[in-house]
Amino acid sequence: MSVLNELEKASLSPSVGQTSPEKHPMDDFMRMDRMPHIWCSTCGIGVSVNCFAKALEKCKIPLDEVVVVSGIGCTGRVAGYVKVDSFHTTHGRAIPFATGMKLANPKLKVVVFSGDGDIIAIGGNHFLNAARRNIDMTVICINNFNYAMTGGQLASTTPEGSILTTSPFGSHEEPFNLPFLAESVGAVYVARWTSLHIYNQTNSMVEAMRKPGFTFIEILAPCPTIYERQQKFGDGLDRLRWYCDNSEIRNGANTRDVDIRLNAGVVVGKFVDKERPTYLESMNAHYKEKLGDRYKPYEG
Amino acid sequence: MPVRQRERPFGLPKPETPHGEIIILEERCKGCGFCIEYCPHHVLITAKKYNAKGYHPPEVEKAELCVNCGFCRMICPEFAIYTYEPRTGEKP
Amino acid sequence: MKADPRGVLTGSHYLDGDHACCEGALTAGCRFIAGYPITPSTEVVERFARRAPLIEGALFIQMEDELAASIAIQGAVWAGKKAMTVTSGPGFSLMMEHIGLAAMTETPCLFVDVQRGGPSTGLPTLPGQADMMQARWGSHGDYEIIALSPNSPQEAFNLTIDAFNLSEQYRVPVMFMMDESVGHMMERVVIPPADQIEITPRRYTKLPPGKYLPFKPEPDLVPDMFKAGDGYRLHVTGLTHDFRGYPDMSADIQEQLVHRLVDKIRVNAPKIWRYEETSVEDADVVIVTYGITSRLAIDALNIAREKGIKVGMLRLIVVWPFPERRIRELAVQGKAMVVAEMNYGQMFYEVDRCAQGKVPVVLAGHGGGTVHRVEDIVERIMEAYRCRS
Repeated sequence: MSVLNELEKASLSPSVGQTSPEKHPMDDFMRMDRMPHIWCSTCGIGVSVNCFAKALEKCKIPLDEVVVVSGIGCTGRVAGYVKVDSFHTTHGRAIPFATGMKLANPKLKVVVFSGDGDIIAIGGNHFLNAARRNIDMTVICINNFNYAMTGGQLASTTPEGSILTTSPFGSHEEPFNLPFLAESVGAVYVARWTSLHIYNQTNSMVEAMRKPGFTFIEILAPCPTIYERQQKFGDGLDRLRWYCDNSEIRNGANTRDVDIRLNAGVVVGKFVDKERPTYLESMNAHYKEKLGDRYKPYEG
Repeated sequence: MPVRQRERPFGLPKPETPHGEIIILEERCKGCGFCIEYCPHHVLITAKKYNAKGYHPPEVEKAELCVNCGFCRMICPEFAIYTYEPRTGEKP
Repeated sequence: MKADPRGVLTGSHYLDGDHACCEGALTAGCRFIAGYPITPSTEVVERFARRAPLIEGALFIQMEDELAASIAIQGAVWAGKKAMTVTSGPGFSLMMEHIGLAAMTETPCLFVDVQRGGPSTGLPTLPGQADMMQARWGSHGDYEIIALSPNSPQEAFNLTIDAFNLSEQYRVPVMFMMDESVGHMMERVVIPPADQIEITPRRYTKLPPGKYLPFKPEPDLVPDMFKAGDGYRLHVTGLTHDFRGYPDMSADIQEQLVHRLVDKIRVNAPKIWRYEETSVEDADVVIVTYGITSRLAIDALNIAREKGIKVGMLRLIVVWPFPERRIRELAVQGKAMVVAEMNYGQMFYEVDRCAQGKVPVVLAGHGGGTVHRVEDIVERIMEAYRCRS
């Protein structure tokens, strides 16, 4: 057993490094000079970033070719902490930025890491169209059921009845069912996991990044400071315990049936895994057919 | 039972349970409790001490039970705990 | 460096302004356009959609809205391409947030606004020049951009190349302010051979990863750039950031960053200013104008000269940064100024500010929908002459 006491080092600098000759295995993937990150204690975003780092390691994609694009919000801060070329763009527009980047240089592995409000509310239109076009990118959407960074407002994924700052008497709106939405607009890989399902999450991320096309992973994460507190549920650990007892893995389930309601169990799993030509593949095939030998396939 | 089924399968030595050494980076910890809750062998407990930020980091209670499964490493949101196999150096 | 001949359609053509702009972009090395259809700019992207599949490395995508188009081009820029988007008034308003992002992250790209009658849906098929102030101040916060205004299809071609060059040199989004008249007017456009055209390449850093700081400025206040995939592994954010690109929430870093973003253009402004002067040496009344209105103003100038009034004209080619120094000089040397523009006063206020009360400044403006009547400009010249200082 070995415990490192870094009290002195912590008092000298705002970020914490380590003096152990053994490095944390994920330190190479993170901008350690910016640690500690801003996410709250028992927040689920840190867990997903940890799984993502592991997934990158398993995927064996050279880190120089990976690009992480995020929007605004708590999950949007992920781009600032992962040690790859990362872009922190405007609210809701991570997906079109990633589209431009991927189409300009198809050799890049583009991952969009953003929150539920960013991707499906303000960014909804872009999500629909990128999935429809099957742009080759992986979208990891951390769903904490509210707009956390701005203090906990109602989101389009908030379960009906939730109390949040802009629904102080409980929400009366029907939320999105993200896997259903993703499948209906043509995503080729759709999965949902919770922060507790770390191995499943990691494996899904590996599969999604390896699969060409628009791949989507929704991760239900606890938001202790806001969502859980407003519902008087406890903290993130209480929510993880709840997921342990109330989540059901149903791979291949019909996405129509996986909507989320307050106080009802959640269905997780890999729901969709199908094949479709990507945007560039169909573009190249199409122009080859129409223009013949005059057309050189687009490679970036 | 035929005699050969009582022999070791394929002549391999008896499988050994892996063992992990745990490194806790106390100053990174935000006291979430995930590693303590979800260690399959309940190796960790909440320490009574505080770190500089005022959180209680985990503390190893039953070091000999750690099997280097890596669950604590992966579920930690702060990158504050990991294990390694002392003989091979493997970090899951 | 010289233009890539694969994109250059050398020869003499009969093109409208929109098409000439597209050719200018291809000549300048633009290989990515993300657009959204809006009259009267659609022809630019229609031509690019037709040309791009046959030019190696060029790609056109029609995005789902202007918000997506204006940020997709920035993704393409950070992946290594030169990129442009095209719109008109209503789309320009939508793009404002991303113009601010491009200014903050110092992303070189082009925003073409083929102005039409406004406000709101306005007159989609008729000219206006009422987005000039919006080009400069449209997004929130302190920032500076460069804006150009052509007055013919040939200029639309030439200035698009210049716009790309300025954008790369100063790492700033450039607004290309055409109007519907120039956009839909067909004239002769001569495109020279590729080896006679100078293109400013992107200023990539020569420092290796680890030593390079993405937002540390060079002596001209502009940092060198990098692109994703080259192994730098850096962070680019719209939040206020330090030299490393890391967000920093302190007033000192805000001062360090935003002051430089603004100074980048203000300090270098004398090198960026461009205007064309006609007969100003002895002029009592100077017309300040730009875009299609300048072609009417020239006629007004000649008529006024025949009437005995010494009139000169200053045509703004680079509209922002505004050529304050030249306006101040003309205000001292002349007796009155007329600002002829197709709006109810936008660049007029800049001219008035720079004249500092030394001369009366009269607006020859109208709401758009048609170009000026020469008689109206002449009348304004007479009015300005009557109250000359």
